Amino acid sequence: MFLQLLVNGLVTGSVYAIAAVGVSLVYGILRLVNFAYGDMMALGAFIAYFANVTLGLPMVLAALVAMLAMAAISIALDVVLWRPLRVRRAGFMSLFLASIGVALVLRQAILLVWGPQNRSYDVDPFKVYVIGSVRLSLAQVVTIVTASAAIVAIGVFLARSPSGRVMRAMADDRVLAQISGIDVNRVILVTWVISGLTAGLAGVLAALVQSSFDPNFGFQLLLPVFAAVVLGGIGSAYGALAGGLVLGVATELSTWEGFAGGVDPVYKPVVAFSVLIVALLLRPQGLFGRARVV
Amino acid sequence: MSVLSSGEFWAFVGVMAGIYTLFTLGLQVQFGLAGLLNFGQVGFMAIGAYTMAILVVKQGWSMWLATPLAVVVAAAAGVLVGLPTLRLRGDYFAIVTIAFSEIVRWVATNEDRLTGGSQGTINLSGEGVATQYNGAWERFQGWVGDELHIGSKDVVMLIIVWTVALLLLWLTARLARTPWGRVLRAIREDEDATASLGKPVFRYRLQALALGAAFAGLAGCFYAWQFSFFGPDDFQPLITFFGWMILILGGVGRVWAVPVGAAIFGFLFAATRFFDFPPFSYLDSADRAYVRLMVIGLAIVLLVVFRPQGILGRREEMVLE
Repeated sequence: MFLQLLVNGLVTGSVYAIAAVGVSLVYGILRLVNFAYGDMMALGAFIAYFANVTLGLPMVLAALVAMLAMAAISIALDVVLWRPLRVRRAGFMSLFLASIGVALVLRQAILLVWGPQNRSYDVDPFKVYVIGSVRLSLAQVVTIVTASAAIVAIGVFLARSPSGRVMRAMADDRVLAQISGIDVNRVILVTWVISGLTAGLAGVLAALVQSSFDPNFGFQLLLPVFAAVVLGGIGSAYGALAGGLVLGVATELSTWEGFAGGVDPVYKPVVAFSVLIVALLLRPQGLFGRARVV
Repeated sequence: MSVLSSGEFWAFVGVMAGIYTLFTLGLQVQFGLAGLLNFGQVGFMAIGAYTMAILVVKQGWSMWLATPLAVVVAAAAGVLVGLPTLRLRGDYFAIVTIAFSEIVRWVATNEDRLTGGSQGTINLSGEGVATQYNGAWERFQGWVGDELHIGSKDVVMLIIVWTVALLLLWLTARLARTPWGRVLRAIREDEDATASLGKPVFRYRLQALALGAAFAGLAGCFYAWQFSFFGPDDFQPLITFFGWMILILGGVGRVWAVPVGAAIFGFLFAATRFFDFPPFSYLDSADRAYVRLMVIGLAIVLLVVFRPQGILGRREEMVLE
């Protein structure tokens, strides 16, 4: 039972981790708490639904379509909204509110196009792999494999590639980065592309794991994702990865009977926030944040 | 268009604007005065409404005792939320407060025995026993109506809500000019400078958070009376964002801008119900509801881009980091 919960936790945690990186990078580079990210994930999941069920494409291709579409939408939003706001030197508050507006528009657009019904992808929901005492659905296996690959890819990209280094430099000290001649607009473009790709991927994976999803599911995911971002230290990409995994595992393990009888599963989201609040009390800068930024 | 010319309908819009005024007045104290990014205001509203209803139905309390206690409980919840989180930076605080309001909604949905669960207050006394918490309120409303010789319940409600709202607006506007209000504004402008003058920054912020939460709790009670029934779904995070939209629409930092923002918002929200010209007339009613919220989302975005200071506000208030 413990092992099963641990594996379940790693599955949800890896989805949180991917999403949290997308939120955290945008915050680090643009100082924008992107409230629309949950609905971006949902939109990605629905675009994949369109490609997979309506057009009949294979799931892998559908996921790629969704990721690319979300990257394109992210860039488009930057051009029409975020860039003008940057030019006007909008404050944190204005940006946050604008992203709430975007979130509303996106969610209603999904409802308008696809309606409020629950949807499922065209995959075999009954295929189960058994490893020792652990049972994994096909969706969980796919998620854990894809997510691990994505996490490694993001980690290597940030650590090794020139763009990744520049992004970290800019998140670290924006003014210093600008003075040393970094092309800010290019970095912002790359940031939105990565944020869009992660939103699409995390949305599709989350939808696969849940097996059925409705237009509101992105917003429900957003709060645990935010919790993961804060847990890792806002703006720290590696922290977000770790925060997502820790949060996913902690949430699932809280229902384990060996842990004081276990928490009623309906309270899993509350556990996530309790973890967050305890973590903030002990380490307000996040797991990987530095004390000075608080 | 017949509904638009009906007095009842406009009285209803006015009542909602009054309730939103109380709700947003709390945000004005918290953000306009103290600079706190409270994105969980709806959680305090829910706590106020549920406390009042539970005390009346389950404990048999008089509404006149239950309501003040509900407001106090909402304020106490503000203190509880603030104690661990107010030391956090603004953006962390914003996220934690949203989380708080979602926890409240989660508990209200799942603790059937305490709150009636997802079916709402109709189940407060358990499955199959329909319950009401607003008997005393209806009697009071009837009495006010008789005294003023007004037959319409909505108009009576309109008068009561706005009497309370105007009184609290006036008190808050006075409060903003007291030394207490000035210290809060000083904290918002420069926390370190204020702290260096020996002001207990943390305590002031906690007080502002609790006071704003109390306003939300009172708004929750009025909401409960207006609809005679409520459930967890009435307290979606969206309501908090409506409050923020009203705050910005009116103007941050100006107490009397709140009712102006609430009136405009109430009008827009009600008027968009009557989009019956093309292309809206091609949509069915569910789709029109989506379009309405979409228009509101778009309005928030446009407002932030083109007039971040609102109608009565000063631009400096919004460009502050």
